[in-house]
Amino acid sequence: MIFDINFVGLIIASIMASSVPLILASCGELITERSGVLNLGVEGMMIIGAISGFALMTVTGSLFIAVIGAMLGGVLISTIFAFLTQTLITNHVATGLALTIFGIGISAMIGKNFVGIPGKEFPVLFKSLKDTLPFLSPILFGHSIVFYFAFALPFFTNYFLKKTKLGLIVRAVGDSPESASNQGINVKLVRYSCILYGGAMCGLAGAYLSMIYTPQWIENMTGGRGWIALALVVFSTWNPIKILIGAMIFGGLTIIQFHMQAVGVRIPVQFLTALPYIVTIVVLVIISRDSRKIRLSTPSSLGKSFYKDN
Amino acid sequence: MHKIFTRSLVSSLVFLFTLTVSAVAKDVKAAFVYIGPTGDHGWTYQHDVGRKAVEAAGYKTTYVEGVPESADAERVLRQLANSGHDVIFTTSFGYMNPTNKVAKEFPNVKFEHATGYKREHPNVSTYAARFYEGRAILGTIAGSMTKSNVIGYVASFPIPEVIRGINSFTLAAQKVNPNIKTKIVWAFTWYDPGKESEAAKALIDQGADIIAQHTDSTAIVQIAEKAGVYAFGQASDMDKFAPKAVLTSVENNWGPYYVDRVKAVANGTWSQKDTWHGIGDGMVVISDLDSAIPSDLQAKVKKLQADLASGKVHAFTGPIYDQKGGLMVAEGKTADDGMLAGMMTYVKGVEGDIPK
Repeated sequence: MIFDINFVGLIIASIMASSVPLILASCGELITERSGVLNLGVEGMMIIGAISGFALMTVTGSLFIAVIGAMLGGVLISTIFAFLTQTLITNHVATGLALTIFGIGISAMIGKNFVGIPGKEFPVLFKSLKDTLPFLSPILFGHSIVFYFAFALPFFTNYFLKKTKLGLIVRAVGDSPESASNQGINVKLVRYSCILYGGAMCGLAGAYLSMIYTPQWIENMTGGRGWIALALVVFSTWNPIKILIGAMIFGGLTIIQFHMQAVGVRIPVQFLTALPYIVTIVVLVIISRDSRKIRLSTPSSLGKSFYKDN
Repeated sequence: MHKIFTRSLVSSLVFLFTLTVSAVAKDVKAAFVYIGPTGDHGWTYQHDVGRKAVEAAGYKTTYVEGVPESADAERVLRQLANSGHDVIFTTSFGYMNPTNKVAKEFPNVKFEHATGYKREHPNVSTYAARFYEGRAILGTIAGSMTKSNVIGYVASFPIPEVIRGINSFTLAAQKVNPNIKTKIVWAFTWYDPGKESEAAKALIDQGADIIAQHTDSTAIVQIAEKAGVYAFGQASDMDKFAPKAVLTSVENNWGPYYVDRVKAVANGTWSQKDTWHGIGDGMVVISDLDSAIPSDLQAKVKKLQADLASGKVHAFTGPIYDQKGGLMVAEGKTADDGMLAGMMTYVKGVEGDIPK
């Protein structure tokens, strides 16, 4: 049964669905970090996105408003971070951690009234094509729009950073804010924008969890995915394509270990449960074992505050 | 003048005294310690429904949610005992040692520990529900309704409570359909919607057309709804989360017990007890049966429910064999509570090994 080609397709589709929030959050955080800002509040922004999306869906009944609202929720909370770190020049690490704790707390408070309410069904695309192709159909068709967006995002992000002028500006600000500033670039504006963009993507990642993946609101439902997304950014050496690989490996092993259990593979379950974390770390360490390359690809002023006297 | 003053002083003292006495009798304060958020719509949610019943009966209650099963639990318990609570309900297995430890320090406070077995001090009681009776009913439904003969079961942790549930479910399913296989997947969590749904998806992809769960979130029934397979609700009635998929739920009904025990504290009749109630005492409740269940099966299930309640049928009636074919319970005998409480082996028909 496990070698049935359609069955393999189903598994791959499950893996892809589970890696969507990681890809979205990591790609958002990657842009933020490329501009030289380390925002450890990914988990907090995701959970705010999750509750904003779910609450708006319940109150307004509109999925469109809910998705936009979730992204705005992420933007709103990341504005706090941007104001603190860019305008008041606070420490990035401490502020980011505070943002996560704040996000988890406030989402639980807002969420009190939304507990135990079933979510709405999110429409999927190409549903009619679901049984047309062997193997490929479950992978390609019958997913939400957010799913397709997530798998296109790493390629867009890569193109943006490498081929566009704006991408160059973001990288310049992250590597040497002083030089960028001397060139007439408004460092603060660029960093603000990148932080807010990161917030929007994390918000969307959260909304995917509360509206599409497991449509309901539950306290703390991001369950540490924000931290994994953060780790993926570092280990991918700030390369969006490698984020895609890392997210798939992590999602893949989480799904596969359940399949191995159901088939009856005799490996200690505790080991299988830990496997996604172990293998993700090992693979990403191998990907990024070249220390010179890491030094070259790390945004040079990552996590350092920049301010100019006007 | 002096006389009047003394008299009024005495009478007001008497008045005050009666006032305090009656206040003590009335103002019993109960506290509840929860492992999860009250909004999990599963385990903790149902305990909180029980707490609200106590409140409705006219007693003051407080609760603390999300208390880890660590040294934190001791701190929380001490604080509750210090702040004038007369009875404290600790609602998770892992609070066993902290409960007994703090109970020793506060002999005047009553402690009620859910699902544990340690009663080291006279002020500690334990209580649990015979959920396996409910699982026998689910097994009967699953065995009768499966078409693929593969039933998926998402389990949490390998402890007797969970193993007992798997066994009771499988025995009942085999009774109506000897060809079924129960596939177990351990999620190693009580509560993680993401992981639970991934586990359920894996089982569905492998051909299971009915999913049972021993984890707490509503994620699994929602996955079942999407995939078009059947499922059972856990701890609370989960029908509204998956109206087509949920055939029925096993509900935990703590309210009557909680009200009883708080009343006993108020009346001064509280004494140490070990309670293990099932369908018969109303601690385990079966939700309304879904219309997808054919009427003859509905009748069969209702009868089983009545027989389990009256004690005419026991969920673990011999002959019961373990996976290797060794006799666990002889023909005509039933498993005693000691055996049930420590059950750590699968019965015949369950696939796989128990994780060590």
